[in-house]
Amino acid sequence: MEITLRVNGTAHRIDVEPRRLLSDVLRHRLELTGTHVGCEHGVCGCCTVLVDGEPARSCLMLAVTADGAEIRTVEDLAAPDGTLHPLQEAFRRHHGLQCGFCTPGFLMTALPIYRDAPAMTDAQLREALGGQLCRCTGYVGIVDAVRAAAAIEDSR
Amino acid sequence: MTTRMFGERVERREDARLVTGAGRFTDDFEHGAAEVAFVRSEHAHARIADVDVAGALDVEGVFAVYTHEDLDGGFAEPLPLLTPHEGLVAPRTQYALARDEVRYAGETIAMVVAADRYVAEDAAERIRVRYEPLPVAADLAQAAEDPANLAGRFSEEVGDVDAALADAPHVFEWRFEIERSASMPMEGRAVVARWDDSERRLLVHDSTQAPTGIRGGLAALFGLDIEQVHVVAPDVGGGFGVKVMQFYPEEVLVPWAARQLDRPVKWTEDRREHFIGSNHERGQIHVVRVGCDADGRILALETRFVHDAGAYCPYGLIVPVITAAQLPGPYKLSSYRYEFRAVFTNTVSVSPYRGAGRPQGAFVIERTLDRIAAELAVDRAEIRRRNLVQPADLPYDVGVTFQDGGPTVYDSGDYPRGLEMLLDAVGYEGFAAERERAAAEGRRLGIGLAAYVEGTGIGPYEGAAVNVLRDGTVTVATGLATQGQAHETVFAQIAADELGVALEDVRVTTGDTRRIGYGVGTFASRSAVVSGNAVHMAATSVRRQAQELAARLLEADPEDIELADGEVRVKGAPGSAIGLGQLGVVANPLRYAFGRDATEAAMFARKAYASGEAPLREGATPGLNAVEYYSPRSGVFGFGMHAAVVEIDPDTCNLLIRRYVMVHDCGRVINPMVVAGQMHGGFAQGIGGAFYERIAYDESGQIVNASFMDFLIPYATEVPAPVLLHTETPSPNNALGVKGVGEAGTIAVPAAIANAVADAVGQPVDRMPISPLALFEMLHP
Repeated sequence: MEITLRVNGTAHRIDVEPRRLLSDVLRHRLELTGTHVGCEHGVCGCCTVLVDGEPARSCLMLAVTADGAEIRTVEDLAAPDGTLHPLQEAFRRHHGLQCGFCTPGFLMTALPIYRDAPAMTDAQLREALGGQLCRCTGYVGIVDAVRAAAAIEDSR
Repeated sequence: MTTRMFGERVERREDARLVTGAGRFTDDFEHGAAEVAFVRSEHAHARIADVDVAGALDVEGVFAVYTHEDLDGGFAEPLPLLTPHEGLVAPRTQYALARDEVRYAGETIAMVVAADRYVAEDAAERIRVRYEPLPVAADLAQAAEDPANLAGRFSEEVGDVDAALADAPHVFEWRFEIERSASMPMEGRAVVARWDDSERRLLVHDSTQAPTGIRGGLAALFGLDIEQVHVVAPDVGGGFGVKVMQFYPEEVLVPWAARQLDRPVKWTEDRREHFIGSNHERGQIHVVRVGCDADGRILALETRFVHDAGAYCPYGLIVPVITAAQLPGPYKLSSYRYEFRAVFTNTVSVSPYRGAGRPQGAFVIERTLDRIAAELAVDRAEIRRRNLVQPADLPYDVGVTFQDGGPTVYDSGDYPRGLEMLLDAVGYEGFAAERERAAAEGRRLGIGLAAYVEGTGIGPYEGAAVNVLRDGTVTVATGLATQGQAHETVFAQIAADELGVALEDVRVTTGDTRRIGYGVGTFASRSAVVSGNAVHMAATSVRRQAQELAARLLEADPEDIELADGEVRVKGAPGSAIGLGQLGVVANPLRYAFGRDATEAAMFARKAYASGEAPLREGATPGLNAVEYYSPRSGVFGFGMHAAVVEIDPDTCNLLIRRYVMVHDCGRVINPMVVAGQMHGGFAQGIGGAFYERIAYDESGQIVNASFMDFLIPYATEVPAPVLLHTETPSPNNALGVKGVGEAGTIAVPAAIANAVADAVGQPVDRMPISPLALFEMLHP
């Protein structure tokens, strides 16, 4: 089936089987391997991307259902000159990652909310991030990073 | 002068690629490769009467279908037994593809190689396996009753336990049970192999914790020279023990198929496969007899325990051996005896998972202490004070055999100080009043304490190759692999200090046998100790080479040469400097030029000849580089003390962790940020082990919760930020004074939580993990 996937501002006209997962098409067809797959049943959140601005589990979407949608992946966060996005910078400063496998999903989940994070209580922020699993960090660095990102942005 | 990097909180060198999606995990390689799907046993125990693959062969895009009878040579033999032990009575390992019999649900029976995973799964569905079901032993306690299930047994005794129990004023007997759990890294396992037939070389990318072992084993299986086989562990999405098997079936089958088909072949595990095909741990049942005096001092402790080995025992008896050796923790047991039986069950095989038998040991001793305290009405902090090993006792020999076969000797640490720091930080003194206030509001609060000593940094060895490049970059390669431990940063810190270069100028590679052929692997909290010291040794060797050569060039004494700011120079003589990279070029006295600096190298050679010397002095190598290996005589022992304050939600029986304090000591700290991260992450896994994570088998040997919907890994909403305090007691056993920290955070958590919950509900909690349902049943008998 012919579809148009608009990923990180580029339109890709591709022919895909209707059963292909969006995660697989992003990773293996478009070779955007920053999006990771941890469970393939929508619980771990490693595969989270933005679909029309909202976080979505790309392992629970068929690529054909994303026809025409605007998709954003972790590869789109840093500036073209390599300058890290404030969220990425915050994850580095606050040790918000260890193995890095869940990180793209956390970044894409936090992207729509990090500006609001400084005003959230700890419980609210943890709830907002509470659909993403991390097996390495114990979440301490991740929560700190999401809270700190807006200030990093403002100081630039 | 270059700032000293060891001990600094520096940001990680690996993060830039990982936050931008530029990391490369195994499934990110070889997009066009053929892909594999497996047919896995539906039965926990059965004879295989027939495997009919005909339907699969017709599927378009299928390249091959294999069963055991297709395998040849060593590939058709059982997979290796990694750690032989004299106590093993019936060692058993599985075939890469089952031959005649399957012993757990999930065991690999047939392998389909196809154009991609979708097609491979289509074909795998068409393979018909005819099973003749056999009796299933899924439950540990039941399996232990049948002697035919015995995998191995072992016992040791320090002192005379029977005599001490006979004389003890108080003797108690309790049963403790720890259920099965699993590492569950976010990235499952994955293998991709490329056979180059013209060069006769095999290149394997493997999401493993031990690529050098995989390489050696594959070379032996294929009958290839070791130089023809390379294994790379690229970015690895977590390990926690489960990825250090050597070998899982897929790790031999994927390279074998790549060579058979002469095309790249890839297998990427899905989560269901991970639950039923990657190793588990933890399941043990202990029966403890303990004798103590009226003050609660332990005079004798005996544990008789059964250990769930799963269907096969590729790791021998390592997990129960560690449990047994480390159960005493920081406590001086006047006499101690353990006697364990490792029991086969029709479940996924067991190998170490973060903590590796220690969480069970800590659970047993810490619950025992709390129960003695309750029986004798002794305060729970006080009973620990009375039983701790004292600083004057160190080095302290526990008297039983450590996992490496040597004695278990604690090298350094101040346990009483750690305990007092803990009590102070958690507010132990004031807790009774706090609990009363809460009780007045109808809230149930409890406090729990738990401690551990962890043997870390075991051998046999690791190596490091340090090399100075022409632009002054220092490369460091070590054989063990990385799954998030910040090796690229901490090893760079060690090398940067020794060679006087900036951290950014050190580039570390781990887990790539193309860079260094010998190594062991990342497990047992050993990397910082064993590879760290190897990096230190190799960098020191390169520093000495630089000093010797610069002394000749600058006509000074080698002892007066310092390495700093990327330069090699005479102390106190500005203007005498030569860049480290330039010195490296000069150290390779070639005549032909590959850059401006090489002219000087050639001139240097001329000068040497003119003065009657050889350009390379005896024992010297071209360039500035060294490979060194560190092989420790024994492990080094870190320790920690945990305290939990919990509240039980009266409506949901959910566990609310109000405060959690960890005091720990891992010797000298290379990077406090990384150490904190290891402790935080270990803590989160401990919370999972205490309350949420349990692999649940039914009586037919099927896992009933084989998904993240049902096997509950804690989210950010379940894991609070703990308070972390350190003591820093250098190990006298290695030059850096470091001890391991990788597993430390996990070990004591289930014990501390159990003690806190027991305190909150006023009843013993002798089974892990607990759950809301278990708590409800306790509170509403």
